[in-house]
Amino acid sequence: MSDIPSDLLYTEEHEYLRASGEEGIFFVGITDYAQGELGDVVYIELPDTGISFSKMEVFGTIEAVKAVSDLYSPISGEVTEINIGLDDDPSLVNSDPYGDGWMIKLRVDDESDLDALLDADRYEDHIS
Amino acid sequence: MNCLLKRTPLYERHVAAGAKMVPFAGFEMPVQYRTGIIAEHAAVRETAGLFDVSHMGEFIVRGPQALDLVQYVTVNDASKIEVGQAQYSAMCLESGGIVDDLLIYRFADRFMLVVNAANRTKDLEWIRHHADAFNVEFEDASEAIALIALQGPGAREILRPLTSHDVDAIEYYRFAEGEVASIPAVVSGTGYTGEDGFELYVAAGDAPEVWDALLFAGSSQGLVPAGLGARDSLRLEMGYSLYGNDLDENHTTLESGLGWITKLDKGDFSGRDALAAQKENGVARRLVGMKVRGRAFPRPGYTIVSGGEVVGHVTSGTMSPSLGVGIAMGYVPSELARVDTVFQVDVRGRPAEVRVQRPPFYTDSSIRR
Repeated sequence: MSDIPSDLLYTEEHEYLRASGEEGIFFVGITDYAQGELGDVVYIELPDTGISFSKMEVFGTIEAVKAVSDLYSPISGEVTEINIGLDDDPSLVNSDPYGDGWMIKLRVDDESDLDALLDADRYEDHIS
Repeated sequence: MNCLLKRTPLYERHVAAGAKMVPFAGFEMPVQYRTGIIAEHAAVRETAGLFDVSHMGEFIVRGPQALDLVQYVTVNDASKIEVGQAQYSAMCLESGGIVDDLLIYRFADRFMLVVNAANRTKDLEWIRHHADAFNVEFEDASEAIALIALQGPGAREILRPLTSHDVDAIEYYRFAEGEVASIPAVVSGTGYTGEDGFELYVAAGDAPEVWDALLFAGSSQGLVPAGLGARDSLRLEMGYSLYGNDLDENHTTLESGLGWITKLDKGDFSGRDALAAQKENGVARRLVGMKVRGRAFPRPGYTIVSGGEVVGHVTSGTMSPSLGVGIAMGYVPSELARVDTVFQVDVRGRPAEVRVQRPPFYTDSSIRR
């Protein structure tokens, strides 16, 4: 069983959004289910800070031993920070997907867009 | 899971060990266990890993013309195989295209052909078609035989106390019939990882007991079960071809780097005329190994580009867990096949520079030749 924290928002493409504590800024990463499906992550290509992405635009790629996947922006916004720790240890995505394995911080353009994301129950339905 | 998928006799062991099961060649197979591909790969390189490869097919050929049939359907010279020896070979269409690659074992009274699971039905029909012309008995024993591969520099020490065999006497591509954990087994000095080790052929019903005995005996020495994911990265680091990726009916053995097993002077065999003509006229494209410069990982299907032109495709590619860089194989025009030739692989819209390298990519393996 994969871990689906109840206080996060999710996409059907298996990204999550977690409140950072700073107004309007959210951590973005991939879910525990997604990291389990991918297997050992070996490289994550992330954008530069300051770049803006539309909802469902590809913001990066994630390489596992067996496969590569695109990373989709769950929502429209601007990248305020990337997790440089993943350069040294991409396996953080496997070991701590919701914590140290976060990928980017996103300043959300319009918080009303959050309503369109999945809550934990609906994400669980989606993957089951 | 698809209910049409078959299971090996070790299916329950994999599930109990937390394996991620995936469809492969019509079977539900473990792609990795809980620790993941990189850890399993490292275990095989450093100590030992245990693989279930029971999905492979085993055919038995016996009778007065058994050798003649084997000679006709395979490209290597089967007359050179001694009793107790195994040989790597391939089967080719009349066009020279590869039907399958396989291992041929010579027993005192029979040959055993070990074929890829995905090709089992095709191979069976193809060999049967040719077998009509020979005085042989030919049967598919795949369901009755399980295959367990114990691979790694620690394999010999793990197997030693479990068998009456002198494990040091089993050389590379040699085998012995005896017992492992008091169960009848063919112990073969073969594998597809580049490491020292054994492949154990046992009766399907005995497989779980042998599997358990090996894991129990080897656990203190670091033996772990390893899945198809690690098997793939291990074989690719050695530059070993995989049928369906690097080998297929559209490429001949001469194009696929298997000229060394193609014995054109051994007598007639399926594909010989086409292969002889191709050798005479020159091989236009070749399977090469490629190593990436920089941080990019080629995957099967990515295009190979030289001078702005698409010149080929990647057939296998991954991050090498041992080396930490992207490695790949693919077909390119022969003029680009020379070692150290540089060209690009299109990694999802971005060119990655690759250099032709003669495999193995990984050169510290424990294999005993």
